Amino acid sequence: MAALDKRMTAAGIVGRLRSGMTLGIGGWGPRRKPMALVREILRSDLTDLTIVSYGGPDVGMLCAAGKVKKLVFAFVSMDAIPLEPWFRKSREAGAIEVLELDEGMFQWGLKAAAFQLPFLPTRVGLGTDLIELGGLRTVQSPYDDGEVMVAMPALKLDAALIHVQRCDHRGNVQALGPDTYYDEWFAKAATECFVSAEELVPAMEDAYPEDARANLFERCFVTGVTEARGGAHPTSLPPSYGWDMGWMKRYAAAAKDPGDWSAVSAQFVGASEAEYLASVGGIEAVGALPLPIF
Amino acid sequence: MATLAELCIAAVAEAFRTDRELVGTGIGPIPRLGVGLAKLTHSPGLMMTDGEAFLVEQPVPLGPRSYDDRKPAGYLPFSRFFDSAVWSGRRHAMVTPTQVDRFGQTNLSALGGTHAQPKTQMLGARGFPGNGIYHANSMFIPAHGPRVFVTGEVDRISSPGYNPARRIAGGNYSAIDLRRIVTNLCVMDFGGPDNAIRVVSLHPGATFDEVQAATGFPLIDAVAGETPLPSAEQLDIIAALDPHGIRHTVLPENPPAQRSTP
Repeated sequence: MAALDKRMTAAGIVGRLRSGMTLGIGGWGPRRKPMALVREILRSDLTDLTIVSYGGPDVGMLCAAGKVKKLVFAFVSMDAIPLEPWFRKSREAGAIEVLELDEGMFQWGLKAAAFQLPFLPTRVGLGTDLIELGGLRTVQSPYDDGEVMVAMPALKLDAALIHVQRCDHRGNVQALGPDTYYDEWFAKAATECFVSAEELVPAMEDAYPEDARANLFERCFVTGVTEARGGAHPTSLPPSYGWDMGWMKRYAAAAKDPGDWSAVSAQFVGASEAEYLASVGGIEAVGALPLPIF
Repeated sequence: MATLAELCIAAVAEAFRTDRELVGTGIGPIPRLGVGLAKLTHSPGLMMTDGEAFLVEQPVPLGPRSYDDRKPAGYLPFSRFFDSAVWSGRRHAMVTPTQVDRFGQTNLSALGGTHAQPKTQMLGARGFPGNGIYHANSMFIPAHGPRVFVTGEVDRISSPGYNPARRIAGGNYSAIDLRRIVTNLCVMDFGGPDNAIRVVSLHPGATFDEVQAATGFPLIDAVAGETPLPSAEQLDIIAALDPHGIRHTVLPENPPAQRSTP
């Protein structure tokens, strides 16, 4: 039986990853991204990755740093800054392969992987360029209707990375906030899922039993946990903190001037997580970031 | 005196007229205000979100306000959105694609170049492919011109339209339902032969020839009159939903609804 003490360091988690792997990254655009783990990948020598993400600055930074071989995506955006500039540079340089999907068929692919199916049928993609450009195939209903549908292939992940408010050493997680996107399906679609949390508690049932409904997925889907305060920064983690608009503006501006990631990567990654947090004003400043209003 | 933006909002509201209970999604200030106006006037069955995860019965005003102004009546996070609204067909969205062609196919993905190396990378297909095949869609185009309404097909087809050449045998395209296109010049629909695009009303002072000249494909003249000006009641509702006047920033120089004669 697997050990139930799943505590690891961020470097230990990234040490479990290998170049060439397919990594799913939870969250949505500039929201709830496991950025502390993404920064740890950026500090590592991992390369040749296939990234599966509803993309925000996680995707832009990994592309800029040359970590990405292939991107599976439906969009890459920072919302208030709609077009992610570093992702655009990679695409316009022809530097990465892509599988472009619809947002809904993307989660359908995660569900296929979670259910251990080769594909799930859908109408989504019919009449668009996604099918031919993505090499997607069709399947015919075996019933009397005979309908021809897109066979959305399983998006099987070698590892998923997710950031939440709380976890314990056994992998019980709690994610607060109004929306948790498709994080549960990333976890279930992955061979191994690694979770960073604002707070690592000894036992969830003692610390926060009243919030059990915030448990996104069962601990059998969790391989490793690590504490990372401010671990979603610069993306938002409602209700704990909002996204860092100033950071995103500086990051976007740097894509134009100087335009070279190696010249600015230290500013946006840091040599260590402690150095990074200090560079953005510390955990107090992160916790004070206002929640965005829509 | 109504502005052109307010006239467009009223036209958007008309596009959302429905006796069904479905989610109305307006992406961008004018579509969102139009859905809110529809919900508060002729179409109370419309459902709206707070822009995040909760369904609200009172449309959320644009711009800064007290967080507590939002009163959730229901819950529609992303994990339910495709199940409950998109793939069930219980939604009508109004979006602003980068390109539109004569078949109603749209592009939000990329311009020019190749798939491996686009000249201009944009957002990606987002939810357009699923929206287009499953539920009603309309469009708002703030700058009606031939770079948006392209000659030939869009560079990348992000959402399906009525192009017979893009249909594979046995596929179910029955839910493709393109409603209206509201622009800064006119209102159009897909009511022509084989769903050809028609101009159904011109904004005050605009002419069909002007609209045609700004469009890269032939349009059908089905102009029944001028796009109606918003009523005083409608203007009051719009003002309440947009207390900071964000609508005034959407169209360059915020022109009046009624063009002044030169």
